Amino acid sequence: MSDHEYTPKSKVGKWFNDRLPLLTLANHLTDYPTPKNLNYWWTFGGILTFCLITQIITGIVLGMHYVAHADLAFQSVEHIMRDVNYGWLIRYVHANGASMFFLAVYIHIFRSLYYGSYKSPREVIWIIGMLIYFLMMATAFMGYVLPWGQMSFWGATVITNLFSAIPLVGESITNWLWGGYSVDNPTLTRFFSLHYLFPFLILGLVVLHIWALHVPGNNNPIGIDIKKPSKDTVPFHPYIVIKDAFALLIFLLIFAFFVFFSPNILGHADNYIEANPLVTPAHIVPEWYLLPFYAILRSVPDKLLGVIAMFAAIFVLVILPWLDTSKVRSTVFRPIYKQFYWFLVADVLILGYVGAMPAEGLYLLIARVATAYYFAHFLIILPFLGMKEKTTPLPLSITEPILGGSADMAMAKNNSDFKEKL
Amino acid sequence: MSDSEKKKPNRRDFIVTATTAAGAVGVGAVVWPLVDQMNPDASVKALASTEVDISAVEPGQSITVLWRGKPVFIKRRTQDEIDSARAVDLSELKHPEKDEDRAKNPEWLVMLGVCTHLGCVPLTDKGDYGAWFCPCHGSHYDTSGRIRKGPAPTNMEVPKYEFVNSNTIKIG
Repeated sequence: MSDHEYTPKSKVGKWFNDRLPLLTLANHLTDYPTPKNLNYWWTFGGILTFCLITQIITGIVLGMHYVAHADLAFQSVEHIMRDVNYGWLIRYVHANGASMFFLAVYIHIFRSLYYGSYKSPREVIWIIGMLIYFLMMATAFMGYVLPWGQMSFWGATVITNLFSAIPLVGESITNWLWGGYSVDNPTLTRFFSLHYLFPFLILGLVVLHIWALHVPGNNNPIGIDIKKPSKDTVPFHPYIVIKDAFALLIFLLIFAFFVFFSPNILGHADNYIEANPLVTPAHIVPEWYLLPFYAILRSVPDKLLGVIAMFAAIFVLVILPWLDTSKVRSTVFRPIYKQFYWFLVADVLILGYVGAMPAEGLYLLIARVATAYYFAHFLIILPFLGMKEKTTPLPLSITEPILGGSADMAMAKNNSDFKEKL
Repeated sequence: MSDSEKKKPNRRDFIVTATTAAGAVGVGAVVWPLVDQMNPDASVKALASTEVDISAVEPGQSITVLWRGKPVFIKRRTQDEIDSARAVDLSELKHPEKDEDRAKNPEWLVMLGVCTHLGCVPLTDKGDYGAWFCPCHGSHYDTSGRIRKGPAPTNMEVPKYEFVNSNTIKIG
């Protein structure tokens, strides 16, 4: 992918590289020209890679001590917490790691929404990203079932029952998913198996995600196409590597705070009660990162339509590159979209809040309005806004607005005179 | 086919079609065991019926037993509860079923204690109809276990059961 041919300096390196061009790949990743104006919102790709690796490593270790059986699972988790050397630390890193993973992925997704990173020519990166996000939700859900506490059991019951809404074959499908007539041991063992598998599928998709990214190169905060390599780019190493590492350290501070000072604050106390198929906890709530979708599910009074709305809320994101008709990528140059962007952020936060509250009275009303707005944003506002909105002029390159101190076109022209003098 | 005249199928076309068809059958035969292994197995199906002693249940009381991993409510209804269930006009119901059809012996209501919305266990003697209320998403059921209010689409399911004698019910 680099414009120049790479030849390793050492003879051994050349011999190896002619047979398997790993060094060429390493060189591509090192020299990879990156827009020089990337801000800290661009560091979450690296943070997410770190999260995935952390989850895989801690997960493999937990798998050495965990027993996937309905009678033993709950005890084995307590055994990890009390008896296994550093078991408490590894489990808390894994459990809070899931939350940190979702925190980072939401920032990453909303960064893409703000700077239009999903737009041509990066649609495939976006779609692979959405597949990763969907697999993450499935993996997190199945992982939450494994400790076999009350929330595990009833969360699994509610989510698998979503499929019973499918007409005609719904019951057969749920029985197939359960391996019985309710959530029970066969369900637990298959969830364990799949929970172990999915992170590696995610890892594979991450490789494709990065590969697809390296074809057009990174988007950037002003969202214009740039020449690569040029004055507008810096090599990935050391510039971006150091910036990513610094951001990762800050992120790790927050991560460590949760792990060491409030490891259970993001969980539910009910999950420290062993699963009981005869008693449903008074208030079932999913983990925080699934709450907006849960609110959408509950806001529809019909069972099948509620399930459809929930899946549609995810699917509408997949087709986003074709719903947003604006050719201008960055929100910086879209004054009206900028307002709608923040409305959407608020809308999703509100959905998350009402998703945690009982589905009645005012909460239900708010959930319905917020659900309607969520779909209106993607299906009505974005397509029409792209056609009507008057965007502000785009700069010609990254360098020019920085030198001129303004994104103004006249300034940009002056700057080209200025550059000729240099 | 871009040719305007229709191409006659030759021997090669036949072989390609036949090979593809045989291959598809082969793939299906390999995939089906991998899919079907997830269905309820023989040991799960073997637990298909259970007998319950109901001699200690007083009028107004309800017991919950486990059948196929699911709770079953066995409620000995009071005369008031029976009357209120039978007085309901069917046109008021989201899922119209006569109480007479749900409880063959009016005193005993036997049904799966599983909310038909998303599978939670409703609480007994709660809700707007003084019978069952599901805390998960707010479905209200009446004294016949019929859905009256909330997101659940159907009444709580009545399983196959019979009175072995006056003190024993066999479910399944």
